[in-house]
Amino acid sequence: MGAALEARRLGVGDILVIERDKFLGGILQQCIHNGFGLHLFGEELTGVEYAQRFIDAMQREGIAVMTDTMVMEAEPGMVRAVNADGVHEIQARAIILAMGCRERTRGAINIPGSRPAGVYTAGAAQRLINIEGFLPGRRAVILGSGDIGLIMARRLTLEGAKVEAVAEIMPWSNGLARNIAQCLDDFNIPLLLSHTVVEIHGHKRLEGVTLARVDDNLQPIPGSERYIPCDLLLLSVGLIPENELSRQLGVAMDPVSQGPVVDQYLHTSVDGVFACGNVVHVHDLVDFVTLESRRAAAGAARWLARPKRGRCIPLKAGDNVSYVVPQRISVPAEEDVTLLLRVRRPLRKPEFILRSGEEQVLRRVRPVALPAEMVEIKVPAAAIPGAGELEILCRGEKR
Amino acid sequence: MHDVIIIGAGIVGCAAAYSLSKYKLRVLVVEQGPDVAMAASRANSGIIHAGYDPPPGTLMADLNVQGNAMYPDLCRKLDVPFRNNGSLVVAREGEEEQLEELLRRGRANGVPDLAILGRDEVLNREPNIAKDVAAALYAPTAGLISPWEMTLAFAQVAAVNGVTFRFNTRVTGVLTEDDRIAGLETTAGRLAARVVINAAGVHADLLAHMAGAERYEILPRKGQYLLLDKELDGWVKHTVFPLPNPKSKGVLVLPTVDGNILAGPTAEDILDREDNSTTREGLARVRESALQLFPDLPLNRVISSFAGIRAVPVDGDFIIRSSARIWGWIDAGGIQSPGLTAAPAIADKLIRLVAGLIPLQPREEHHDRRSTLRLRELPLQERQRWIQRNPLYGRIICRCEGVSEGEIVDALHGPVSATTLDGVKQRTRAGAGRCQGGFCQPRLLTIVARELGISPCAVTKAGPGSPLVAGRLNKGGAGDEE
Repeated sequence: MGAALEARRLGVGDILVIERDKFLGGILQQCIHNGFGLHLFGEELTGVEYAQRFIDAMQREGIAVMTDTMVMEAEPGMVRAVNADGVHEIQARAIILAMGCRERTRGAINIPGSRPAGVYTAGAAQRLINIEGFLPGRRAVILGSGDIGLIMARRLTLEGAKVEAVAEIMPWSNGLARNIAQCLDDFNIPLLLSHTVVEIHGHKRLEGVTLARVDDNLQPIPGSERYIPCDLLLLSVGLIPENELSRQLGVAMDPVSQGPVVDQYLHTSVDGVFACGNVVHVHDLVDFVTLESRRAAAGAARWLARPKRGRCIPLKAGDNVSYVVPQRISVPAEEDVTLLLRVRRPLRKPEFILRSGEEQVLRRVRPVALPAEMVEIKVPAAAIPGAGELEILCRGEKR
Repeated sequence: MHDVIIIGAGIVGCAAAYSLSKYKLRVLVVEQGPDVAMAASRANSGIIHAGYDPPPGTLMADLNVQGNAMYPDLCRKLDVPFRNNGSLVVAREGEEEQLEELLRRGRANGVPDLAILGRDEVLNREPNIAKDVAAALYAPTAGLISPWEMTLAFAQVAAVNGVTFRFNTRVTGVLTEDDRIAGLETTAGRLAARVVINAAGVHADLLAHMAGAERYEILPRKGQYLLLDKELDGWVKHTVFPLPNPKSKGVLVLPTVDGNILAGPTAEDILDREDNSTTREGLARVRESALQLFPDLPLNRVISSFAGIRAVPVDGDFIIRSSARIWGWIDAGGIQSPGLTAAPAIADKLIRLVAGLIPLQPREEHHDRRSTLRLRELPLQERQRWIQRNPLYGRIICRCEGVSEGEIVDALHGPVSATTLDGVKQRTRAGAGRCQGGFCQPRLLTIVARELGISPCAVTKAGPGSPLVAGRLNKGGAGDEE
């Protein structure tokens, strides 16, 4: 919706948004907690309220929408979608991919044990509670301290369930600091760092899990196991950009961000195909998703006006940087470029350096950098060289 | 009164039910689980073996080779996907003699078209295989099916022909009169029968003992597997075995009929016959062994792991016989690998054993075909026709596997229909993809409840005792019981 509204603002007339769910807004519709919109609106909104602002604006602008509709196939210039009315073949001069991400599952992290009912991803449990109106269990352990896991610890507690612990395999949490304070500390829910679930018990319904402490190589330490009875295990163990359609389109992918390789216009390697939001890389704040969607819309509008693209220079993620978006920059850069990146480990007084070969282009120092919090760096257009290769790296003290 | 009661709705029980349904008999299948194929028939490699492995002269060898030849036609008739991908047993340098031994054994068993391939030909056929492979035994008649789908197909055709199925029903005793079968004592009461076929898988020896029939012993042996994303379809082409060891065929790597990659199984002797849990060590062993065959196997694309328990007969061979002590008791025990391959041939053998006890009269009219709608396999334009007939075929519920609400509704009605979420998943693949139900499970819950006419709180994952949710939210918190 963010991209559609921005494209309309920039004068694009014929826009269609396709959504697989019954309503617009995606995962925001099950986010009834607050904390959305601080950057964009200067207000603390719930996810539902944040989405509604966009839904209202879509209606005001009269932007066409197909809900309850699944895109099954895509190729440059065309998508094929299915809904209860039939199969639809839709032509478009520009396609913006905004399919978001999905949750990693038990299988992906290979937790051994039995396969009873009562093991859910945190997001599935959130939908069960907030949209469908069911309590998935009464006594819970949560694996993974990502934001959804933390929020669900509070949500379950408020619905009367007992959350025994949140276990996190890393020595730090991947959730926002404010969520640890507001969702765990305020409710006396223990956060067990360097802990993981090593076995799932129970044949029919979950009966308990075995937790163990892990060593520096993230391997369980023998003798540290302890059994916790529970009927619910929630997994909040990471999100994966959902790029099945991107792959169908033949878009080049970044193996680290797990999203398409894009330039500063969010233009993928395929002409006329753009991408934004969690399908490009997993964001921590929806406000940043919206800002990125606006840049993608601007890129698409620019492409519609003049379907030509310039030369690109690569931008590499260097020391301590796990990935950076965009992964390449169209030159000559006409406007300032926003870089979004994540560090590999917590760093104190990190110094971010953008360089072209041996030459330093830009230097930015921040008080602290955490893998859980995306770093944004603005690069003035004038600073971007017209040729060569760019690299962004980070130096800092380990925390 | 039933003419025949079959204990166990696994591949053997359902194949027997299918074969018996062509005769004028009152047949009942009792199953302790909530659905067909709840144990070994669900959690196995899904291979239609060529038949070079079992020792010549055994029942296993005969029924394997016979069953293998029956599958292509059976799968066509019953609309079960069959992939004739061929198998390779690979040897390193110095191990080629063992391939010759397998080749000799295969020829003695009557396996057609076996050949030993040199290194270049193996690499050509299987480009991602370990580069130190020296040679391989190639068996072109080996294939793949979904063992679950096959079992369901047998059961559904049997049901259409009048066989009844009682699920969630456990046998607690065998009733005999003057050393003749009178019936069974079950958790659903007494069931009278003239003939009982014991196809109880890993529990078969206990039931034979209970009946007073000749004793035998089954050892439960666990096999753990890893399942990889089907985006890797084509990465592995054949069913690739290491050289067999005395205990098992080793950890293999193969495609599934749905396009995933499967690696496994381990072979662990266990005590608990129902302990199908995976273990850290077991899964590590699968990874390690699989990498020996395919060093670049993308193990970061694992979407699920599971374990099955095979019923290993202590004496080595299948136990398929009419009891000489108890008239009317027929055993089909110790059906470990290649039991899936042998199942249709085992069923034929069981029919002959039943015919030795009671007269069989063919039914003039019976069904012998089945067809299943799999919209994801149709071109989109054909889907249009189905959506016009029923708009629910246009509402995609499972995005990973592209399963529509219409297909889910179909799975919940008709012969041997789903009664659980796992049952829907098995029949439609909804929730079986890379997100493993993360997106569709809450939606499936409401569809299953609506179609079965029950509260969502009563919907289970896999039968009684496995509810998906603890209750509805209420104003006071803690959820309401229903």
